[in-house]
Amino acid sequence: MSVAAPERTGAPPRRSRAYLSLIRALGLSWLRDRSQVFFNLILPGMFLVLLVSVYGSNETPVPEVLEVGEAPVLERAEPGDFEVREAADLDSALEAVADGEADAVVVQDGEKVTVYYSQTDATAGVVALERLSGLVDDVNVTALSEAAPEAPVLELATEAAEDNSLQPVQYLAPGILAWGIAISGVFGAAGTIVDWKRDKLLRRLRLTPASAGTFVGARITVSLLVALLQTALFLAVAVAMGLRLSAWTWFAVPLVLLGTAMFLAIGVVLGGIAKTGPGAAGLSNMVTMPMAFISGAFFPLAAAPQWVQWLSALSPMRYLNEGLQKVVVGGAPPAAVLPEVGVLAAFAVAVALLAWKTFEFDEL
Amino acid sequence: MEAAIEVTDLQKSYRGRKTGEVRAVDGVSFRVETGEFFGILGPNGAGKTTTLEIVEGLRRPDGGEVRVLGRSPWPHSPELSQRMGVQLQSSSFFEFLTASEQIETFAELYGAGRRRAAEMLEQVGLGDKAGTRCQKLSGGQQQRLSLACALVGDPELVFLDEPTAALDPQARRNLWDLMRVINAEGRTVVLTTHYMEEAEALCDRVAIMDSGKVLAVGSPAELIRGLDAPTRVTVAAGQLSGARVAELAGDGTVASDEEAVVFETREPRRLLTALAAEGALEGLAVRTANLEDVFLQVTGREWRG
Repeated sequence: MSVAAPERTGAPPRRSRAYLSLIRALGLSWLRDRSQVFFNLILPGMFLVLLVSVYGSNETPVPEVLEVGEAPVLERAEPGDFEVREAADLDSALEAVADGEADAVVVQDGEKVTVYYSQTDATAGVVALERLSGLVDDVNVTALSEAAPEAPVLELATEAAEDNSLQPVQYLAPGILAWGIAISGVFGAAGTIVDWKRDKLLRRLRLTPASAGTFVGARITVSLLVALLQTALFLAVAVAMGLRLSAWTWFAVPLVLLGTAMFLAIGVVLGGIAKTGPGAAGLSNMVTMPMAFISGAFFPLAAAPQWVQWLSALSPMRYLNEGLQKVVVGGAPPAAVLPEVGVLAAFAVAVALLAWKTFEFDEL
Repeated sequence: MEAAIEVTDLQKSYRGRKTGEVRAVDGVSFRVETGEFFGILGPNGAGKTTTLEIVEGLRRPDGGEVRVLGRSPWPHSPELSQRMGVQLQSSSFFEFLTASEQIETFAELYGAGRRRAAEMLEQVGLGDKAGTRCQKLSGGQQQRLSLACALVGDPELVFLDEPTAALDPQARRNLWDLMRVINAEGRTVVLTTHYMEEAEALCDRVAIMDSGKVLAVGSPAELIRGLDAPTRVTVAAGQLSGARVAELAGDGTVASDEEAVVFETREPRRLLTALAAEGALEGLAVRTANLEDVFLQVTGREWRG
C-alpha cells in the first residue's frame, strides 16, 4: 500500500473530560434499565410501606370490649378509652374474641369483674386489660372514699413524661434504608463485574486513551450518586409515613456514601467468584439476606435472641443501620456516630483489600 | 521506513487449574510494516488472541520484546492508545445506549467530536441506525459499530480480532469491503482470523500460527508457491478411454472412479489444452493449492477451522 497516512492532530483528551463522558454514558445506561431503577429506587420504599403496615400504625388502638349482661363498672369509662358493644352471652362473646372481632370481654357479677382478653392481637388485648384494671381501681377508690371519708386512700395518677418508645416507622426506616443501600451496592457491583467479564467493556476501554482507573472511578461515582438519590427518595416516603427527621439528618450523606463504598467492595468480591448474572444475584442474596436479618433491618435487634445480637456485631449493615438510626431518628450529632463510622470504614478497607487480593483482573 | 510493529521472541504462559502450565505464546516473532494489511492465521487456541492482546498492551509478556509505533505498549500510555484503534472479539458496548450515544462516548474518550462520530457511523453504513439501541442491532451491524468505535479516533494502526466470526456470508463480505477501505486510507491493519479464505482475500502478508508458535510468514501467494504443490484437475468420467487418461496424466498421477477422473499435474497448461482439444471438459474443476495446504504442510495435520 502506498497511500499516505492521514494527517493527525488529535491529542488524548484530558482525564476530567473522559471521566465526565463516562459518567454520562454509565448514568444513562443505568437510568434506562428499568429493573435497576425499580430495584434500587422503588423497592426499599415499598418495603417500608409494607412493613409499617404490618407492624401497625403509630396510633394506639382503641380496644373493642364486649359487655356480657350488665357491667356497671364500664359506665365510668372515659369516652375514647374503649368501644363497648353488648353481647348476648359469654360463649358468643368469647367466640368473637377468638375470631379477632373484639379484644376483650367483661362480665360483672356483683363485686366480681372478670376480664377475658385476646392474645391473638396481643397489643390491643393488653391495652384493653390495662385500661379495664385502671377502671376497676378507680371504682374501688371512689367506693372506699365514700365508705370511709376519713380513711386515707392512695391514688395513683400516671402521666407520661415523654414518649420514648419508637414507633414502627422510626425503627424501620433506618434499617430498611441500610438494607436498600446494601442491596444496591452488592448487587450492583457483582452484576457489573459479571457483565464486564462477559462483554469485555472494561478491556475495550483500557485500550482507549482513558485509563482503566478513570473508568472504574466513573462507575463508582455513578453508584454513589444512585445511593444518594435512593436515600433522598426513601426518606421522602418515610416522612410521608410519619417519620420526623432530626436536624442532623444531613449526616446520613457521609454514612450512606461510606456504606455504599463498603458494599460495593463486597459486590466486587462476589462478582469475582460468580461466573454468570444469576450466579452473581444468588451470591448477593446469600450475603445480604442473612445480613439484613441479623442487623435489625426489619425488626428491632433488641427483640432478637442474644446469639443473633452477638452475631450482628460481625455484620457491617448493623453499623450503618445504627448510625442512620442515631442521626436521622435520634437526632444525635455526628460526633455520637463516630464509632459506627470507624467500624464501617474498617470494614470497607478490609473488604477492599480482600477484593484486591482475590480478584482475577485477567478475566475482565 | 520504521516498522509499525516489531515482535521478538514473545513468551506467555498461563497456569490453568487442571491443565497445568500452558504456553499460549512460545517464541513468536514477526514484523508488520507501516501501511500493511497483516493477518495472523490459525485455528482456535493457536495463541492468536493472546499475541494480539500483548501487542495491544492488554497483557504483559513473560519474555520477549514488543515495539508498537516505536514504543513499548506496556504499561498503558494514553499517547500510544490515541494512535491505535482496537476491535475485540466480542462487541463491548455500554448497555442500553443507542448506536450514536455509543460512538459519541468513544469519540470523547479519543478527543474527537460529535461530527466525527456521526461521520464514522455513516461510513460503516449505520447512519440510519443512529437511534437504535446497540443490543438490538444484528451481529453484522454490531461488528460494524464496534469497528466504527475503533476508527473514531482516526488511528494509524488498527487491530481487528476475528471480526467476522459468527457472521453470515453476506455480512462477512460487507465487512471485508470495509476493512479494505480502512487499509486503503493508509492505516496499518492487523487482523486475526481462522478463515483461510479471509486471510487470502485481504492480507498483504500472513503469519500462520499453531500451538503458540509462528510456523510461516509471507504473502499468501508466496506461501502457496513455496509449497510447489500440483494442480488438481477433475473432469467427469466416461469422456476418455483408460489408455488416453494414462497418456494425458504424463508425469503426474491420476485417479478415477465411476464419477470422475482426477489428475494431479505440474503442467496444468498442457493438460488443460489437451482436454479442451479432445472436447472432454464436462464436469471440469481446477483446484490449485491454497493456504489450507500450506497449513497442512507446516503443521502436518488437516486444517479444521
